[in-house]
Amino acid sequence: MFDDKTAKAQRPVAIRVEGLRKSFGSHEVLKGVSLTAREGDVVAIIGGSGSGKSTMLRCINFLETPSGGQIEIGGEAVAMNAAGAPTDRRQLERLRQSLGMVFQSFNLWTHMTVLENLIEVPVHVLKTPRPQAVETARTLLARVGLAEKEAAYPAFLSGGQQQRAAIARALAIGPKAMLFDEPTSALDPELVGEVLAVIRALADEGRTMILVTHEMKFAREVADHVIYLHNGVIEEEGPPSAVFGAPQSARLKQFLSSVG
Amino acid sequence: MADGSALSASLDLLAYSPPGWGANLLRGLGNTVLIALGAYGVGMFLGTLGAFGKLYGGPLTRDLLGLYTTLVRAIPELVLILILYFAVTDLVNQALLSMGYERIQISGVAAGIMVLGVVQGAYATEVLRGAIQSVPAGQIEAARAMGMSPLLVAWRITLPLMLPAAIPGMANLWMIVTKDTALLAVVGFNELVQESRQAAGTTKAFFTFFMAAGVLFLAMSLVSNQVFARIEAWASKGTKRGGI
Repeated sequence: MFDDKTAKAQRPVAIRVEGLRKSFGSHEVLKGVSLTAREGDVVAIIGGSGSGKSTMLRCINFLETPSGGQIEIGGEAVAMNAAGAPTDRRQLERLRQSLGMVFQSFNLWTHMTVLENLIEVPVHVLKTPRPQAVETARTLLARVGLAEKEAAYPAFLSGGQQQRAAIARALAIGPKAMLFDEPTSALDPELVGEVLAVIRALADEGRTMILVTHEMKFAREVADHVIYLHNGVIEEEGPPSAVFGAPQSARLKQFLSSVG
Repeated sequence: MADGSALSASLDLLAYSPPGWGANLLRGLGNTVLIALGAYGVGMFLGTLGAFGKLYGGPLTRDLLGLYTTLVRAIPELVLILILYFAVTDLVNQALLSMGYERIQISGVAAGIMVLGVVQGAYATEVLRGAIQSVPAGQIEAARAMGMSPLLVAWRITLPLMLPAAIPGMANLWMIVTKDTALLAVVGFNELVQESRQAAGTTKAFFTFFMAAGVLFLAMSLVSNQVFARIEAWASKGTKRGGI
């Protein structure tokens, strides 16, 4: 969709994070981090465990309540008070409907079939007519290779299948951007590939994505921009060729050598 | 003793039409089931509100609910029934009289349902609170992340997901409420035990009538078990131990 990288500056901003801070009690996990994802961008956030990368992602849709800073989704600032708590529940719910979130542990609703998972939010929140929602869901399931599994319950799927279904569920709400929170970390090694292939296909079609990942090789291949977080600050960022090919900071060099 | 004539005499006493007392016993059973169903419904409604209130409510809500569950669970049901039935009826009537209205007679069924419902609600609050906490947080998070409102999350996600964990406790509460209806005999309500006692007192056939009451309670419990087993299989759909 946005192959022409020279036109990057003209593309509208999909997600902007400005000076985001987050504390759990007295422990400050994020110490003022910023990020801009324009439409079509794939931003990868990398870092060691405890670096705050998942927290940063989860603050974007307020699954974690920030302690300070500013979040803009589709150019619209999320209303929040001085303490960082959202103040307009309806606005937040509306903005969340434009973000497709994929979790490390899939989080499919276990009391619903795969198809029911996909149409739940379209039918009950977005008020899409059911036949239309079912049709969209079937198209998405075919895309992630799960057309045969629409009537199955999540407990009867492999981890890779569950994650692909979860990606389809996130796509089913027609999101403007996708948020991936370590989507392959809970998978057996042999199942990682099938999930990455789906994510890569989404990147290739120009979807806006923010991806927290441990898969360095994958991040290098799909990302337009890589952010390296360490102890709640952005230690280094830039295009993947720079971050992976010519890391500047000693910490990033050490991190990259430790993860291979 | 155990010859045919004693047995047939017992059966005559239990016959449906007079001089048998069968109709009275069945009427008592009907009242027992009616009160149990009503109180169970009230209890589950109060319990659902109570459980969500305790988990997600503000400090004041949580304190009030804590007071409710502590008091009701600490005081014997019999005492609660006497307090709620006589004291509350009296208060209502004094209020009515002072406002110039006539004294009213609160129907036994309504009072029984209310009293036992309040008791059930306290226990159900704790049963359902535990069940809600058993719902994996990630599934609730997924619903919130896609913009579901809190009410919709509760209705579409949390309640159905907690059911498998709640049903054993809810089945227990049902068993307890069917038997607690017997306590209403103290306020003169004609449920199964009261009807049996009257029949036994009149005919002096204590063994026959109390055995009959016991058998009817047992039958009610066996039927209930079947119903709950079906509900549990239905609610566990999607899990490997449940039905599909």
